[in-house]
Amino acid sequence: MAELFAKLDQFPVTLKAWLMNLLQGFLPEWTLPLVSAAISITPILAVFPLMFALTTVIERKGLGRIQNRIGPNRVGIPLTNIRLFGFGQFIADGIKSLIKEDVVPRAADKVVHFLAPIALLIPVLLTYSVLPFGKNMVPLDLPQTGLLFFFAVGASTELSVFMAGWSSRNKYSLLGAMRAVAQMVSYEIPLILSSLTVVMITGTLSLTAIVESQATVHFGFLHNWHLFTPWGLVGFFLFLTAAAAEANRTPFDLPEAESEIIAGYFTEYSGFKFAIFFLAEYLGLFAMCGLGITLFLGGWLPPVNIAPFTWIPSWCWFLGKLSALIVLFIWLRGTLPRLRTDQLMGFAWKFLLPMTLINLVVAALWHLLANNIPLVARWPLGFAMLAVPYWLLGRSFEAKFTKREYRFAN
Amino acid sequence: MTLPFAIIAGLTVGSAIAAMSLRNLVHCALSLVLTFAGLAGLYLQLNAEFVGFTQILVYVGAVSILIVFAILLTRSTEPKDEPTTVTPWVGISVAVGAFLTMALAVLASPVGKRIAAPAPEVSVKTLGQKLMTDYVLPLEVMALLLTAAMLGAVIIAMKDKEGSR
Repeated sequence: MAELFAKLDQFPVTLKAWLMNLLQGFLPEWTLPLVSAAISITPILAVFPLMFALTTVIERKGLGRIQNRIGPNRVGIPLTNIRLFGFGQFIADGIKSLIKEDVVPRAADKVVHFLAPIALLIPVLLTYSVLPFGKNMVPLDLPQTGLLFFFAVGASTELSVFMAGWSSRNKYSLLGAMRAVAQMVSYEIPLILSSLTVVMITGTLSLTAIVESQATVHFGFLHNWHLFTPWGLVGFFLFLTAAAAEANRTPFDLPEAESEIIAGYFTEYSGFKFAIFFLAEYLGLFAMCGLGITLFLGGWLPPVNIAPFTWIPSWCWFLGKLSALIVLFIWLRGTLPRLRTDQLMGFAWKFLLPMTLINLVVAALWHLLANNIPLVARWPLGFAMLAVPYWLLGRSFEAKFTKREYRFAN
Repeated sequence: MTLPFAIIAGLTVGSAIAAMSLRNLVHCALSLVLTFAGLAGLYLQLNAEFVGFTQILVYVGAVSILIVFAILLTRSTEPKDEPTTVTPWVGISVAVGAFLTMALAVLASPVGKRIAAPAPEVSVKTLGQKLMTDYVLPLEVMALLLTAAMLGAVIIAMKDKEGSR
């Protein structure tokens, strides 16, 4: 029984090996690495855009439910009465954006305007190459620099956002781009610092090794996910907050605040270029969630080491956790109001940054005191060291925003 | 010279030339970013993974944004219609001369004839340990310098007008 499930778990890997074996017969030697890479890329390009498509429908339906309305429920299979609960909507949307006219403003900088969506999508897709989706399933294993690769490639999206906003020659686009860049640069610091704790504890930048470091078992059944440590628990939520800001999700979606600046940096994009921005934004969010899962939620590992859970294939665990995080983000979007720019920056520099720095110290102490203090005492100690600053920092924040001052209106 | 090296080198040099010769400042900045990325590619070719990705993280991710913000905050990006007043030939000849001198000096030096030492196994861990032991003083000096620069920038930006509060 267990063997069968192990085979199912490794099915994508064996399928690729079988394909490569088959192709080896009649393809020239030098094409083989390229073909191997192409086979590894195909599932990424198939699974995640499909997930994006489904997410758009689920998000609209979920937001509809939260706002006490129904949401899309009509589009199904054309020419029939089958409605599929509205899950045909994304196909209709895709066709619509493909056949819409691509309007480029006359004043726009044509070349940069054209390049911006491409320069945004490519780095986002590149970040997927180092994520371990399952056991033995990582397209590009960088044992020395996996995490650094993720952040380096992810950081280059900021410039694409600027390119989009600047080249449109539209003040709303430029404002949106400036907001987006300022926000991404600020929130990148807590993002990197909160993932640095994991690197400190595991002593490696390889994402595969980070997942494997969480495979040890507590109490005979519980996997040693980093979420189950005080620094990991706090680090995960700090990471998630920074990731939401990095991906421009509510409550940090000021760069595209519809009520103020139309659509931010992609105001002047239409047709399929707009769809590419949409796609890149969601894929960026998924990649961030995937990194959070890898760092804190045990990657493709099940939560407990007991039979029915270990039978489920590793890639199913990864995709399941990813779906759960996406639903969490949809829920957040339906719940939280948007921040103001000064609140946004204040939150990053006065709350997230000190918290991540304290978290680094706690993680270091957790590691250094591992042999001196038993777990029962270490856990509450570490948690208290984080809870007290959280309370103090949060309190000063609340005090600051209780009294509202209207400078431009009465 | 391998094909990847030729592509990366061509891209780097080409974008560097574009960064100098384009009239629109933002275009120049974007070309410069391409140069930074090309340099990162060269580092990666030399098996310096860490340096290469750090180059992308710092230069493509952060320095480029700094340059672009500096351009947007200080001047208009509209290219002026004035013709170029400086002839490029003096600069080009100086650059070619300097490059030839350096290339000849490098080729003539005995360094190239030495047998290359076996490449040591440099991991990120060894880099970090070196930084924290042998090179801790330069690291601290740099940190101090950066902190001082940042404080200075904050103080310059903080200068309020009289009675604006």
